[in-house]
Amino acid sequence: MELLRRSWAIVWKDLLIEARTKQAFNAMVFFAALVLFIFSFALGPDTQLLREVSGGLLWVGIAFTGILSLNRTYQSEETSGGIEGLRVYPGDPRAIFLGKLFGNIIVLLAVEAVLFPAAAVLFQIEMLPHAWELAGVALLGTIGFSIVGTFYAALTVNLRAREVMLPLLLFPALVPMLLGAVNATTLILVGDPMQDSDIWIRLLIAFDVIFFVISTWIFPIALEE
Amino acid sequence: MTSKSGTARLIGVAALVTMLIGSFVGLFVVSPDRLQGDVQRLMYVHVPAAWLAFLAFFIVFLMSVLYLIQRDLKWDRVAHASAEIGVVFTVLTLALGSMWGKPTWGVWWTWDPRLTTTAIMLAIYVGYLAIRSFADDPDKRARWAAIVGIIGFANVPIVYLSVIWWRTLHQPPSSPRSVSPEILWTLLFNLLAFTLVYVYLMMRRIRLAKVEGELEQRVAYNG
Repeated sequence: MELLRRSWAIVWKDLLIEARTKQAFNAMVFFAALVLFIFSFALGPDTQLLREVSGGLLWVGIAFTGILSLNRTYQSEETSGGIEGLRVYPGDPRAIFLGKLFGNIIVLLAVEAVLFPAAAVLFQIEMLPHAWELAGVALLGTIGFSIVGTFYAALTVNLRAREVMLPLLLFPALVPMLLGAVNATTLILVGDPMQDSDIWIRLLIAFDVIFFVISTWIFPIALEE
Repeated sequence: MTSKSGTARLIGVAALVTMLIGSFVGLFVVSPDRLQGDVQRLMYVHVPAAWLAFLAFFIVFLMSVLYLIQRDLKWDRVAHASAEIGVVFTVLTLALGSMWGKPTWGVWWTWDPRLTTTAIMLAIYVGYLAIRSFADDPDKRARWAAIVGIIGFANVPIVYLSVIWWRTLHQPPSSPRSVSPEILWTLLFNLLAFTLVYVYLMMRRIRLAKVEGELEQRVAYNG
């Protein structure tokens, strides 16, 4: 409970900064929408084709936008040495990880809340009948993305080339999560008579659990000075 | 030190000799595959390279765990050496596999689970080497690399499973055929040769890493 209270303090602080400055959120939403546009241009105006690959397009958009968000995760702490302050607080350093993780999940879900309807309009997909299933897949995928992302962002924040290093480390690690999320989303959108999406949802749950355990366990080592 | 260097030289010579014999037997002595012909001979280098790549990355994982427990830089040097050699063997595996795939399957590349996983594995360990090259402090570098080495290795089986599911919804994965004892023994001999090459390269690379570490320390000390 104490751990959750501490984590929440960090979430609240980060969200408050974001709400007051609105530095990242607006830009991220537009960036995500632009990714969808660029893919539409690259693939041509064939609505049928776009609909079939929409699951992939959505998750590429989320992954690219998510990288922007992750790169900023610890930046607000780095500029004025805030991470030192957080580090010297007594108590479990895992609260920092959990706080940053929840923060990233909330921001990314907010982006997706705009991105999915935008995709529904652009690609002419009926999303409303599947809203709950899509929301479930989006939640599981976003949690998995944020766990690995928040963890690797802590590793790369001190590096000279962090903008390059984070995706280089993160994307190979995300392959199972991306396969799960893309396939589940596509199956839900284009029809799933065989209930094949179940296996992908189970993969997403397994991915989230495994990496949550590994990341929270190793995080104190990653944070050491 | 002389004895260690002597052992390394001895293993190097053994690696060279077994490599030559293994290649000669694989190329000229063993009869070619009934269906694939001479192309199948690539297997005698492709399969050992793949096995050694996996072994090398497993060593990276073990050494990473050891480093995080004991915080002794010597484990980090072993992990670093093994990762570099593993990457070389992985590239070799993919290149040889492509050469075999073109005449056999008709394509350089296909989204087979093992192929795809090997490519992702390459990306994971290129990331491992990259994070090393961007960190200046030896202890931090070792710690970050160890974390990547552990998580990366844990991820390989999950990637493999997910790619199998992804592919089986479209086509069955290629399955290994039963092999004749003649082929099997040639393969095992080549595996021995590749293992000797791995051990030799490891000894040399660890020694080099040690010298690099000393140099780094002296440069830091002298400003």
